[in-house]
Amino acid sequence: MCIAVPGKVTVIDEELNVATVEVGGTTKHASADLVPDIQVGDYVLVHAGFIINKLDEDDALETLKLFEEYMGVNLTEDRGK
Amino acid sequence: MKYLDEYRDPRVAKALLEKIHGSAGRIDREIRIMEICGSHTVSIFRAGIKSLLPENVRLVSGPGCPVCVTAMSDMDRMIALASPPDGTDTLVATFGDMIRVPGTKTSLEAEMASGADVRIATSPLDAVMWARKHFEKSVVFLGVGFETTSPTIAATVLKARKSGLKNLFVYPAFKLLPPALVALLETPDIAIDGFLCPGHVSVMLGADAYRPVAARYEKPCVIAGFEPIDILLGISNICDQLAENKHEVANAYGRAVSNGGNVKAMGILDQVFEPVDAPWRGLGTIPASGLGFREEFAAYDAIRRFGLDSVEAGSEPKGCACGEVLRGLMDPPRCPLFGKACTPDSPVGSCMVSSEGSCAAWYKYSS
Repeated sequence: MCIAVPGKVTVIDEELNVATVEVGGTTKHASADLVPDIQVGDYVLVHAGFIINKLDEDDALETLKLFEEYMGVNLTEDRGK
Repeated sequence: MKYLDEYRDPRVAKALLEKIHGSAGRIDREIRIMEICGSHTVSIFRAGIKSLLPENVRLVSGPGCPVCVTAMSDMDRMIALASPPDGTDTLVATFGDMIRVPGTKTSLEAEMASGADVRIATSPLDAVMWARKHFEKSVVFLGVGFETTSPTIAATVLKARKSGLKNLFVYPAFKLLPPALVALLETPDIAIDGFLCPGHVSVMLGADAYRPVAARYEKPCVIAGFEPIDILLGISNICDQLAENKHEVANAYGRAVSNGGNVKAMGILDQVFEPVDAPWRGLGTIPASGLGFREEFAAYDAIRRFGLDSVEAGSEPKGCACGEVLRGLMDPPRCPLFGKACTPDSPVGSCMVSSEGSCAAWYKYSS
């Protein structure tokens, strides 16, 4: 029930403060009332019709680097191939 | 998709599992890790994580499914809203999991079948839409959830106030996570070595919220996301800490969770609600572990509006071990009703009803 799904903001309706978010191939509308400064292109978590946070790219990359240290492979480059 | 595929990579899973086996091998006893969140429970079963862990590492499910921990007294009152004693025409709006939870005598589903207007919402904002459309009805949203969900409902109340809606109410049955952790750790016979803390509750709360618990009770608290690798990363961190005799808060979900949490969302929550003592299924009443409306927002409180204090609360179903399951004292298959009198098709207790309940997850993935 407390699950949230990651998606990418494609449009923002500034009058209603509602974002259109692409989530796994479909789009959802989500209120941007709970998180300040949502921009088009942001990766966000959507829960129960609300954006609950942005996903932080630097922190995500840091975790991936940790994995790479464990394994000695480059995950991010692998994905690009 | 970015931020998703990397957390399902089997090569990373293999490396992490080797790491977990290494740390756990240095600990000469059983390690009991409690995952508090129902969504973690489901992910752990779905990915088959239990079978991959070392023999001395045991995952135990805790009271992290908000539907499961809703007390029978709250359930009975919420069901009473479908046909309130004063004869008001109501529309009860709720997240889907609540529909089938049995009360003492009936359920929302049964009330629906008898003609009550009960609707499933995917967002609390649906209730605003229904309240605008149905001025002749009182629309009541059932406020069930932890810190992930309660701010979305607080924001909905603010929206209702801004639009001047007078026919929207909320039944506040919210739960707060940190007081539940303390209550669990104060319970005799509960042997928990570390907590896998819920990812999305922590998005709101922030990692700092766990620091007093980790320090006072000397238990590692590690925040994890919901992909298989997120969970393995969390388990690995707890095992590392135990092997090194540490008890810190660690954040294995850094891409979503900060130390301070979502300050704006928690501010909105605090504007509308205040902590109150709350009854939990299986845990009893825990001080300051729920949320009630602040006086300024009392007009939105369904308990006051519909005089629900007078609804008599019944007792838990006979033989049901949801209480023990929710405290991690019993694995679901040891409940005498499990898989016999109690199945997902015909559930007796809340842990079998909710898709995130531990009994439902055991039933679905273990049998």
